[in-house]
Amino acid sequence: MTWVNAVVQGIMLGGLYALLACGLSLMFGVMRIINLAHGDIAVLGAYLVLVVLDHWHVSPFIAVLPVLPVMMLAGYVLQRLVLDRSLKSGLLVPLLTTFGLSIVIQNLLQEKFSPDVRSLGGPAGSIATASWQITSQLSIPAIGALVLGLAIAILGGLQFFLARTGPGREMRATAQDRDTAELLGVNARAVYGRATAIAVAIAAVAGLFLAIRSSVEPFSGPTQLIFAFEAVVIGGFGSLWGTLIGGIVLGVAQTIGAQIDPQYSVLAGHLVFLAVLASPRGGIFRVRRVAT
Amino acid sequence: METGTPRFRVERWSRVSLSLTGFAVAFAVALFFVPVLLSSNATSKLTTLLILVLLAVMWNALAGYGGLVSVGQQAFIGLGAYATVWLCNHNMKPYEAMVVGAIFCGGVAVPLSFLVLRFRGAQFAIGMWVVAEVFAIVVSLDQSLGAGTGTSLIELNYYTPSQRQEYTYWLTLGCVVFFLGLLFVLLRSRLGNSLQAIRDDEEAAASVGVRVMAGKRLLFVVAGLGCGAAGALTLANTLFIEPTSIFSVDNTALMIFMVLVGGLGTFEGPIIGAIVLFVIQNEFSNNGVWYFVGLGAAAMAFALLLPRGIWGTLEERFGLRVMPVGYRLQPFRKDKP
Repeated sequence: MTWVNAVVQGIMLGGLYALLACGLSLMFGVMRIINLAHGDIAVLGAYLVLVVLDHWHVSPFIAVLPVLPVMMLAGYVLQRLVLDRSLKSGLLVPLLTTFGLSIVIQNLLQEKFSPDVRSLGGPAGSIATASWQITSQLSIPAIGALVLGLAIAILGGLQFFLARTGPGREMRATAQDRDTAELLGVNARAVYGRATAIAVAIAAVAGLFLAIRSSVEPFSGPTQLIFAFEAVVIGGFGSLWGTLIGGIVLGVAQTIGAQIDPQYSVLAGHLVFLAVLASPRGGIFRVRRVAT
Repeated sequence: METGTPRFRVERWSRVSLSLTGFAVAFAVALFFVPVLLSSNATSKLTTLLILVLLAVMWNALAGYGGLVSVGQQAFIGLGAYATVWLCNHNMKPYEAMVVGAIFCGGVAVPLSFLVLRFRGAQFAIGMWVVAEVFAIVVSLDQSLGAGTGTSLIELNYYTPSQRQEYTYWLTLGCVVFFLGLLFVLLRSRLGNSLQAIRDDEEAAASVGVRVMAGKRLLFVVAGLGCGAAGALTLANTLFIEPTSIFSVDNTALMIFMVLVGGLGTFEGPIIGAIVLFVIQNEFSNNGVWYFVGLGAAAMAFALLLPRGIWGTLEERFGLRVMPVGYRLQPFRKDKP
């Protein structure tokens, strides 16, 4: 039963990784940007929620509401002013740009908020600790179920947006062939801006739940980033539902590893990642650009 | 000009590049006398600079010539350092251990290449990062290597501090000269042409008979060797290492910084990038948080304003070549033989 419990906890953890990863997947799928600052953007989101909480005594779930438009705007501006320019020169320049951004965010957070570990678990109230006891050894934490549900909802929403709406179709068209899309009247720069805005806002949501489930500090971005990358790669680049499966595979690998010995948790995740990548298909889903 | 005579000729060496290459060789020879002439503080700083040069050159070899963008070269840096510690624990002399440790890294790169070179583009970049994390975790699980808290190379106490500094410096300089020479020869050979063809278009290169995998594997192993050596030398220069910092992704980030600031895919660029980073580190690293903010901002500024890097831009604008590894066309003039 402890193993079943480990798998269940792993699936919940996978929800968080999928949430962290889906912005990464979107940005790579649409613009071929490997965003090294994605983890730090998530952490920044959590800190912005903390700032709101310092001024108004509300639940973090309310406090995140004003943070989201701010992050969306920041993402749009980031794309239009910075990333757009770096896109002209291949895969590497965005890599350096986002690495630079990552260092800037980490150190400004440390300057402003001190290196202390912060958690939103307390302010979130009882939901952070509540759980449904199924049997003596199997319990489902409410926050885990909420994150998983939210991940499915956000991924589903994004999928619907891409597949069924006009702006979504524009985004897919631009991802497949920017020049042709522009010939047909699509404003590719605006499309890229929207994609980054969405990615950054979802990252902020992921940061919120990361801080509720455990904690954040100014330098916790890169650790989360590598998990998010693993989820994206396991699921196959650009496939949104693949990202969810990838997150769950990684989460389950980590919790089962932890069940054997706590210090094998992260290692088990990495090894499963490498094994999946080395398998003949090179990922659970076929590598595609943007989910269709 | 008469018809039938060639209007262009293919040129590798120019008078400028011949004399500048001669100057570079003479400069490298002069560098060997630094410990004799300058203070030990200067020697130690130059060692740091040379290690940066080595790292930048290795990353450039991978990305600039092989098209292999790795975010995980810290795997070899850490492995080289820890292999040295392990060998010293097993009664090997420190400086021999550094050389053997670097060779061990090259050895590890061979089987590893069969796994990671199957990955493409971003998969390879992230895959290498994960490999580095795996190495870091495995090392930190080993108590005899100091586990997570780090370890130092106490065997170096056998030498006096000034001896140690001199030997480390000479070994570092030797490594830099060796790897630069190796790359210079490699890139000018037939293999160099095929490597640049791979970087420009892998499928097209394969279709005209370039052995893509062999070329990539060679670069990957050379970069493994070089980064392993850099790791071992970092250990000798700083005397203390811990898994979280030596296996940190920041090491690769600095490599990317140096290469892109200097000029990706140019022979001279990474050396310039290393000097830029070295100056920034020396001038500003006392400013704590703002140093890092400045470094990050500088990385972004370079990426946006000078995407071809310092040397790449100079080369493009003035047609400058110091160490010629490519060919170029020159208008044919009659007054020249």
